Amino acid sequence: MTKVPVQFVLNGEEKAEFVESGATLLRALREKIGDTSVKAGCQQGTCGSCAVVVDGELRLSCLTLAERCGGCSIETTGGLAHGEVLHPLQRAFNEGFATQCGFCTPGMIMAAKALLDRNPQPSREDVVEAISGNICRCTGYEPIIQAILAAARANSLSAA
Amino acid sequence: MAMKHGRGVAAVNYPTGMNLGGDPTQALVHSTPTGNFMVTLSSVDLGQGMKQIMAQICAETIGVPTERVIVDTADTDTGPHCMGTFASRGTHRAGNAVIAAAKEARQVMLEVAAEELEVNASDLDTDGAGNIHVRGAPQRSISIFDTALAAHFKRGRSISGRGMFLIPRSYPDTETGAMKPSTCYAHACTVAEVEVDDETGEVNVLTVKNVFEIGRALNPKMVEQQLVGGSWMGISHALYETTEPYYPSREHGGRDFNEYLMPGPGDLAETEVIVLERPAADGPYGAKGPGEMCANPQIPAIANAIFDAVGVRVDTLPITPERILRALKAKAAQESAEAVAH
Repeated sequence: MTKVPVQFVLNGEEKAEFVESGATLLRALREKIGDTSVKAGCQQGTCGSCAVVVDGELRLSCLTLAERCGGCSIETTGGLAHGEVLHPLQRAFNEGFATQCGFCTPGMIMAAKALLDRNPQPSREDVVEAISGNICRCTGYEPIIQAILAAARANSLSAA
Repeated sequence: MAMKHGRGVAAVNYPTGMNLGGDPTQALVHSTPTGNFMVTLSSVDLGQGMKQIMAQICAETIGVPTERVIVDTADTDTGPHCMGTFASRGTHRAGNAVIAAAKEARQVMLEVAAEELEVNASDLDTDGAGNIHVRGAPQRSISIFDTALAAHFKRGRSISGRGMFLIPRSYPDTETGAMKPSTCYAHACTVAEVEVDDETGEVNVLTVKNVFEIGRALNPKMVEQQLVGGSWMGISHALYETTEPYYPSREHGGRDFNEYLMPGPGDLAETEVIVLERPAADGPYGAKGPGEMCANPQIPAIANAIFDAVGVRVDTLPITPERILRALKAKAAQESAEAVAH
């Protein structure tokens, strides 16, 4: 199969790879670049575990062609922490016991990040809407909703 | 046609593990040269937190901080035998095995410390912070780090222990059929409130109030996690999930997450969870298995609430709008037949 070059910025770093034409962003990130913080769940756009942020918008990487991401800025959970210092969302998930088996967590956190980046003080309804494309088997969602609201509160405190 | 309100209650007794052929788990514990402790198990952490709980149990038994314990799980080629992580048995069975192994390791550790301190091992105690001292004379002490070094490099001892926990197989009495299928039961009671649309058959769960009796909560936050998630899963089993909606026909089974339904973050019932602790006589530090049990009582409670709301008993899961409408239709037909007969 024809290989095509793709170039994008991943978590602030320039990346250039050859991918098979038609390869998904999910495959490119996991298998070419080695960013396994992006989880391969249903791979048909129904579980949300592969969600990443592309140019500020939440995208399902399993339904996004890698070659359509040329020149884009892509964010994944792999790039959220600064060394040992966790991102406020990661900290809130950790402190709020919002993760159990952990497989949905990266997608949940990216969905939450996309929300908080455009709406730093979301309502509970905003949070529910933001994660409604993400499936969690373990938690019953409530701890996740609470963690995202806690991260928003922590952000507003640090901004004040 | 209207929204009908109903309330239902249900309680469960739930066995911890199963002994239909004996139910063993084994564990090994050994110290590294620096006095960290390694727990080896074949049991699997599925995300329910077994590694954390086994580390706590081992640390408590040996007398070291939890951070000093490393738990390795899930390799049946190299690990000691475990029946598996199922039937809510992980904490109870593996926990008891880890206690046994850790006790044996602790005994060796105290013997080595006794040689180093030139005292009797039975006079020694741990402070839980990484030191061993003579009971009543805390200044006469040695760190577990130095004890492990002495064991490895000076005394030629292995600070290690083997742990076995076996619930023996229970055979039914040939006359009466009576047997003892489990030694340890967790309990739960749920009250569910629902709203049923008798035109569409749709059920909206308004509240689920749960009380769980789980022995001792070894890690209260993780127990709460399990119970909140389990309560949600109970609703999901009652109303949404099935791979074969027309079983035994395989038709119309969900092929993806658009068709295999589960309640999402927008469908949550107001959930309350209360924990009662009644330590189990044969549980590790009193713990029972809260795992599967916590997703069960919601199902009959919701079925009862639906009966309370619209007067139909749906005894096949999940209780879909279609099943409710068919039951309502059958009920109406029966009622009109009875009216004619009168």
